[in-house]
Amino acid sequence: MAAATFSSLHHKISVSNSINKAFHPQSSPNLIKLPSKTPRPSSFNSISPKPTLSPLSTRPRAAADDVAAPATAFHGVCYVVGDNIDTDQIIPAEYLTLVPSNPEEYKKLGSFALIGLPAAEYPTRFMTGGEFTSKYSILIAGDNFGCGSSREHAPVALGAAGVKAVVAESYARIFFRNSVSTGEVYPLESEKRLCEECKTGDVITIELGDSLLINHTSGKEYKLKPVGDVGPVIEAGGIFAYARKAGMIPSRAV
Amino acid sequence: MASFAISSSFINQEDVGFRCFTPKCCKRISKRIVSVMAPQQSQRTPSTTGSVKTGMTMTEKILARASEKSQLRPGENVWVDVDILMTHDVCGPSSFDVFKKEFGQNAKVWDREKIVIIPDHYIFTKDERANRNVDILRDYCTEQDIKYFYDIKDLGNFKANPDYKGVCHVALAQEGHCRPGEVLLGTDSHTCTAGAFGQFATGIGITDAGFVLGTGKLLLKVPPTLRFVMDGEMPDYLLAKDLILQIIGEISVSGATYKSMEFVGSTVESLSMEERMTLCNMVIEAGGKNGVIPADATTYKYLEDKTSLPYEPLYSDEQARFLSEYRFDISKLEPLVAKPHSPDNRALARECKDVKIDRVYIGSCTGGKTEDFIAAAKVFLASGKKVKVPTFLVPATQKVWIDVYSLPVPGSGGKTCSQIFEEAGCDTPASPNCGACLGGPKDTYARMNEAQVCVSTTNRNFHGRMGHKDGQIYLASPYTAAASALTGYVADPREFLQ
Repeated sequence: MAAATFSSLHHKISVSNSINKAFHPQSSPNLIKLPSKTPRPSSFNSISPKPTLSPLSTRPRAAADDVAAPATAFHGVCYVVGDNIDTDQIIPAEYLTLVPSNPEEYKKLGSFALIGLPAAEYPTRFMTGGEFTSKYSILIAGDNFGCGSSREHAPVALGAAGVKAVVAESYARIFFRNSVSTGEVYPLESEKRLCEECKTGDVITIELGDSLLINHTSGKEYKLKPVGDVGPVIEAGGIFAYARKAGMIPSRAV
Repeated sequence: MASFAISSSFINQEDVGFRCFTPKCCKRISKRIVSVMAPQQSQRTPSTTGSVKTGMTMTEKILARASEKSQLRPGENVWVDVDILMTHDVCGPSSFDVFKKEFGQNAKVWDREKIVIIPDHYIFTKDERANRNVDILRDYCTEQDIKYFYDIKDLGNFKANPDYKGVCHVALAQEGHCRPGEVLLGTDSHTCTAGAFGQFATGIGITDAGFVLGTGKLLLKVPPTLRFVMDGEMPDYLLAKDLILQIIGEISVSGATYKSMEFVGSTVESLSMEERMTLCNMVIEAGGKNGVIPADATTYKYLEDKTSLPYEPLYSDEQARFLSEYRFDISKLEPLVAKPHSPDNRALARECKDVKIDRVYIGSCTGGKTEDFIAAAKVFLASGKKVKVPTFLVPATQKVWIDVYSLPVPGSGGKTCSQIFEEAGCDTPASPNCGACLGGPKDTYARMNEAQVCVSTTNRNFHGRMGHKDGQIYLASPYTAAASALTGYVADPREFLQ
């Protein structure tokens, strides 16, 4: 069979690394044109991991592109969830007709945050009926938080509900990426399994500069993991702000 | 370095590299591929290639080419040129809103021919917001003169809409938007389906899509690759769905987080394109960033009548480094299900035969393609009996729907799937769309509105996935789903197929 011939051969042959695209890359007027042969500006390419957390420029959605006062700490009451909290639990699909870029609907999304959590496992609800924001502003989670769909409505719903930061043992990729791109919630990773150390209702402070989570209720402190490669993107306030800073797209027209 | 006759003027003369084909395949491919073509002269052993610094995997190579870099390593963050951006009715409106907000009210998209807009999620519903979202898409597509907008206006009769396709991931393939070696991004987690064509395809969010709409680029982190080698003859009671359930059960729902999943081996090569799509479709269920299957004759044949754009496949180097390699002898596998409430809750179908079920759902990008329906029909045909539970059939696209009503099922004496389904007492095949895979608005056809047990050919079974919070969903292949419909319990298809 021809197919068998292909595979047995192509494994033996190495293909050149430098095959150029056969067609010219489109250059959009929305891009600041960079000559293709010159090296890109270093602020562009080298995204060096940061050993400590940097202050976050919070960028409230649907607001002007002015940098708000950078956050250095988060303080509030936490809500604790377990492993593999998927996007259907964070915001069930029936609410996805709500368009996040519409301010009214953004607000409504907030009212449905975490409504999909099974009642049996989570008798204390994240939101009580009729509210638009939750009294819990910090979410503590186990592994693989945000798995499932790519719906950006997930971090948006949490952000709209007033969640400032999520501290999870690990994240699903798209949810993490969406959190960073939008700036809706600050996605932090813990060293330990905090979902077993903290309880819903505990009073928490997160010191970004020291990568520290303080549980005032239990009196314990926990180290958080450095933000890593996405630090500059979060710091800038999302993918657009980062790209502007990197000189890739022009500043917003006033 | 050996030199070769370079037939294409697009390839830089300095580039050394070629893909080795037998002359027969050369002829068939040369119509479509702009590539260096040369008859095999002598086997090149790795030591003579010289220029290869570090072998790269297929994913690394595709991202390297798309970011105009000669060498990439996992972990690097690069700005990548996007070949196709797809969005649908759920995320499209917001993506365009973000685009306009960030680039200006008069901004134009980066390339009107590289954006494919496919309404598919909440279509056949009276939900006003859902209907409005399709209208918003239409307005934007008109304003931006988007070439590919698979519009629907008459919700009462899908056939009255010549442009309407249905489920985005199946439509992308059927309409020729998937091409080897390219970068395809979509505002849907199952965008990874397109990796079946040997391209880098992954899901992104609204904000990222808004960025791509304006620039045609995105910042991506290069994932390391997990390799899955599947060999052995595919038993006639197994489908690609069983293979991917096997893998997800093996590595868990976070086993491939931030990683690429590469599927190779003789079994993979024997799979049709639709089966390969099923395999790559559920990469996201293991947390994977993307899935890839090397393009071959099967791929080229599928693409022959679908795309006229040139493409250039890329393949993993001999020396490429993989994070891990898993090997499977497929001939030893048995039909599987994923039990509630996780896609990695793997179990043998035959061990669940005491689970009484209330309904069966056959549809979605995972299990609603033409071959999925033919597979289900084969089981009903073999049985000759009627289903014991309501069996919902939702073809993914208009083309699939037409196939269900027109293609003869092998061994049936010329009957179509639709005839076999009718004889078996299934529900009439419904309007093509994503349907109840993800629940949707309350009036969605086949939505689970009560706490029931469902065997489904879809991709997720988390709490509330198909509508009701306390629903129990068993993910399965079309064979297993059909067998279960016939018994009223979770059933192993060998009860009917052997």
